[in-house]
Amino acid sequence: MGQKVLLSSKEINIILHRLACQLLENHLTFENTVLIGIQPRGKFVAQRLTRILKDEYKVKHIDLGFLDITFYRDDFRRGDKTLEATKTNIDFLVEDKNVVLIDDVLYTGRSINAALTALQSFGRPKDVELLCLIDRRFSRHLPIQPNYRGRQVDAINDEKVKVMWKENDGEDIIYLVNR
Amino acid sequence: MSELSVKHLLGIKYLNESDIQLIFETADHFKEVINRSIKKVPSLRDITIANIFFENSTRTKLSFELAEKRLSADVLNFSASQSSVKKGETLIDTVNNILSMKVDMVVMRHPNPGAGIFLSKHVKASIVNAGDGAHEHPTQALLDSYSIREKLGDVAGKNVVIVGDILHSRVALSNIFALKLQGANVKVCGPKTLLPKYIESLGVGVETNLRKALDWCDVANMLRIQNERLDISYFPTTREYTQQFGVNKKLLDSLDKEIVIMHPGPINRGVEITSDVADSKQSIILNQVENGVAIRMAVIYLLASKIK
Repeated sequence: MGQKVLLSSKEINIILHRLACQLLENHLTFENTVLIGIQPRGKFVAQRLTRILKDEYKVKHIDLGFLDITFYRDDFRRGDKTLEATKTNIDFLVEDKNVVLIDDVLYTGRSINAALTALQSFGRPKDVELLCLIDRRFSRHLPIQPNYRGRQVDAINDEKVKVMWKENDGEDIIYLVNR
Repeated sequence: MSELSVKHLLGIKYLNESDIQLIFETADHFKEVINRSIKKVPSLRDITIANIFFENSTRTKLSFELAEKRLSADVLNFSASQSSVKKGETLIDTVNNILSMKVDMVVMRHPNPGAGIFLSKHVKASIVNAGDGAHEHPTQALLDSYSIREKLGDVAGKNVVIVGDILHSRVALSNIFALKLQGANVKVCGPKTLLPKYIESLGVGVETNLRKALDWCDVANMLRIQNERLDISYFPTTREYTQQFGVNKKLLDSLDKEIVIMHPGPINRGVEITSDVADSKQSIILNQVENGVAIRMAVIYLLASKIK
């Protein structure tokens, strides 16, 4: 099993700042905008972006939530393992809000599809955008594209993109792993 | 450990500790779901569940049905009183007829102990025991432990007393198994006539003095006097039972500490507990009912994920 570094800590940091600026350009004060990280791994991207927006771009208040999509997935009973849930933490309504869904890797698009269904339980958003750190091109099963993307990569199905975060895995680094 | 070790939920006896923890963790997520304004998830949209009740039930049946509907399963309800069982059909025939309509899971209550186990050996579907005679009522025990965990933070090390008719109670037996598995200390308390002879062999203490039992415990689970099962006289009068084994506010207030009061319902108000105890802030009876839906969602979800 070989792996190569796709993005280093420095590159991740630059990309996160760029994504934060792009969000700022479209949402400016974040008054009517909410950020929702898709559990389990989108949470880290969402938290980092929120911190950058608050600390460096002085956005006063950002509604940040985490959405678990386990019970909305379309592969229930189709794999060998029971799908394990994580915590949903959304303490606001998304009714009439601009929602930015945030995930680390966009692959088949099925998670985003599930997230869009799950989101309906929290109201009818004004619009929904998608931000992903890594966009795996040519591997989509559904017509879903990101509005904001960190880096586009061409990876074949045998490869896996592994995103690691300092707060969870000890360092910020993204690998392309050969399975 | 991310899946149950069993294909059916027939009793707590067949579960291990990590099964219980998995059910609780999954129930935590479902509890969050049922407190949303839209309380439904689509997980089980291609699963059909039959609720087969050969014995009367209100809350268990409602709770299961609600749990199934919150998971988007298709639900069939069947009561023995309105069925061909009255015409002499056997249990296996009844269930196989229902299963031939492509049902994936059966939730069954039956007056005979072991009915669920018997069925699980003869039919293909996943079986959930919703009470089999005086044997087990696993989802009730799970929701009871879950409610203790929610109220006191943990079940391990807690002193729990189960008061009342232990002899006829499936809730008591399942609770004893579940609490012991999680490391709680358990005592049973009631008139000697309603305590099974060899109950100590399950590792529980026996106490016939309610006051002593309450002094010892953190949680008191008050069982209902099941008049429908009392074929002979086990105590002189209901009034005498209440005097000896009923909890009232005065008794509760005279204890050194605040204990938690539980009841699996339906309550005979004024018999095993008085109204002011049932409605006091120490009582978590209504939390138990709410948690029942989350626990049943978790059990059904985890069992359904094993149906291929």
